[in-house]
Amino acid sequence: MTALESVPRREVTPQARRQHRKQMLTVLAFMSPWILGFLIFTLYPMISSLYFSFTRYDLLGKPKWVGLHNYQFMFTQDVDFWLSVRNTLWIVVVAIPIRVVFAILTAMLLVRANKAIKIYRTMFFLPSIAPAVAASLAFVFLLNPVYGPVNQLLSKLGVANPPLWFQDPNWSKPGLVLLGLWGIGDTMIIFLAGLLDVPRQLYEAADIEGAGGWQKFRYITLPMISPVIFFSVITGIIGSFQYFTEAFVTSSQVGGLGAPEGSLLFYATHLYDQGFQSFRMGYASALAWVLLVVTLIFTLLIFRGSKRFVFYQGGMFR
Amino acid sequence: MTATLDREVVVTGSDAMTMPDGRVVPVRSVPSGERRRRFLRFVAKHAILIAVSAMFMVPIAFVVLTSLMTDQEALSTTIWPSSFQWSNYSQVFAEVPFLRWTFNTFLIAILGTIGTVVSSVPPAYALSRMRWKGRTVTFWFIIATMMLPFQVTVISLYIIFVRLGWVPGMLPLIVPAFFGDAFSIFLLRQFFASIPEELSDAARVDGASEWAIMTKLVIPLAKPAIAAVALFSFLGAWNDFFGPLLYLIENQDLWTIAIGLNEFKGLHHVEANLQMAASVMFMIPAIILFFSAQKVFIEGVTLTGVKG
Repeated sequence: MTALESVPRREVTPQARRQHRKQMLTVLAFMSPWILGFLIFTLYPMISSLYFSFTRYDLLGKPKWVGLHNYQFMFTQDVDFWLSVRNTLWIVVVAIPIRVVFAILTAMLLVRANKAIKIYRTMFFLPSIAPAVAASLAFVFLLNPVYGPVNQLLSKLGVANPPLWFQDPNWSKPGLVLLGLWGIGDTMIIFLAGLLDVPRQLYEAADIEGAGGWQKFRYITLPMISPVIFFSVITGIIGSFQYFTEAFVTSSQVGGLGAPEGSLLFYATHLYDQGFQSFRMGYASALAWVLLVVTLIFTLLIFRGSKRFVFYQGGMFR
Repeated sequence: MTATLDREVVVTGSDAMTMPDGRVVPVRSVPSGERRRRFLRFVAKHAILIAVSAMFMVPIAFVVLTSLMTDQEALSTTIWPSSFQWSNYSQVFAEVPFLRWTFNTFLIAILGTIGTVVSSVPPAYALSRMRWKGRTVTFWFIIATMMLPFQVTVISLYIIFVRLGWVPGMLPLIVPAFFGDAFSIFLLRQFFASIPEELSDAARVDGASEWAIMTKLVIPLAKPAIAAVALFSFLGAWNDFFGPLLYLIENQDLWTIAIGLNEFKGLHHVEANLQMAASVMFMIPAIILFFSAQKVFIEGVTLTGVKG
């Protein structure tokens, strides 16, 4: 079973070669579901969508070659494209940092493990199980400007003009941020695991040195969980460009795609609109390929940058 | 990342020692001022925890309460229903084809789960229990495919499925599940790799085939990981909105609960109470699954950093 490539060539007997062939055939057989799936459902569709991105195609006729026109249109003429990019970047710049801070804070509340904490942990985590459609609908009602409990509470607290949330283009995205924070559970669990991985001795040593709570957080906790922060920021950015269900459902409850006033038109909802409502398959493919390039850049950051910028105690996959 | 999330006794530096049941153990030599401070800190911490828990629970409570209101109450400032309208729940079945939606959702989720498990176990086995040239590269390649945005394939896939005459229909949501799922392969591989190699080697010496080793030795030992993969793919399909939106929306008989809920308003004029009752029933299977397999669930999330 030793790696056959390390055996000097002249010593390979026909029998060993047959053995090797049999082994590789077995591997191929075991891998075949994934190999077929990759070829049929990933590689071929990717290549054909690259082709479609250079065509005009409405699903009825034949694709018509238009060269780089789709890309040119995207960057120079499509105002909705830039609107969706701005809205998506808003999520990246505002929502992701808030999410990460909130995830760290909630995880830190749960670090001391005991029976009571387990109940809290369950309650913190539970909302992230809720189906995105149900959660979005709940928040549309929860944040209803007139009869929603949130605004009722705000008026009781003396807020003169509580936000109109999903009715107001300035408050619709903050509404989605609240929805996202409610479902923070899965991110929180990853941070909780990261916090529990920090060696206790470091804190004990810091206590001997007389370090305060903030110093311990700043110089021990933060550097030790930096890989988790890095990981969740990058996957958060990639996720933002694919952000769909919550945006689509809340918009469609308050008026239609992107409502109110285009404030909830994100990259993925714009792509859906172009491809599956306006049936501009060529243009939607171009949007998808630009998305792919952006995603690849951030994925490379995960694989390369993580080694340089963050402190690793073990490794990514221990 | 394999942290134990349930450490029972935790000593945090100079702070008090917390016992498994949450008691802060008083040490005899501690002066009473210090003891009072610890007690206050304990109270403060739990006050914060209870407040944050309440924030997480309020939306669920609000949905449940609204689902028990009359339709006028649901569209008013009422928070607590004057009397619980349990009939709302049966009303949902009468006014929209909720039973049909539930059946469709179950069918897609169960077939998808079977497909994912059956087609992900063998590749995960080959990637962890067999030695071959290019194994590591293949593994990293599969991880890299997880990063691909689904949009880059979905347009061509849609076109393919339309040409095959599968749209509207459930096949586009079920068939691809039978061709290995990168996330599940990754999760299973990590678990398979932790099973001692000597066990397989002993079986190989006895002349067992790889297939026999996988089905008789590795799979029985890897039940928790397989359960996690099944759980994630079931919940993923149960909660999925985008797939059904693409492939099922044009045929009302095929709608899943996710689609039906979003279209509720169009079917029935803003009956918020019924919509919330349907939402509660939509959440219940997910919550039951979560509570019955909480440990598997949380460990799965921790291991992979992703939710299904």
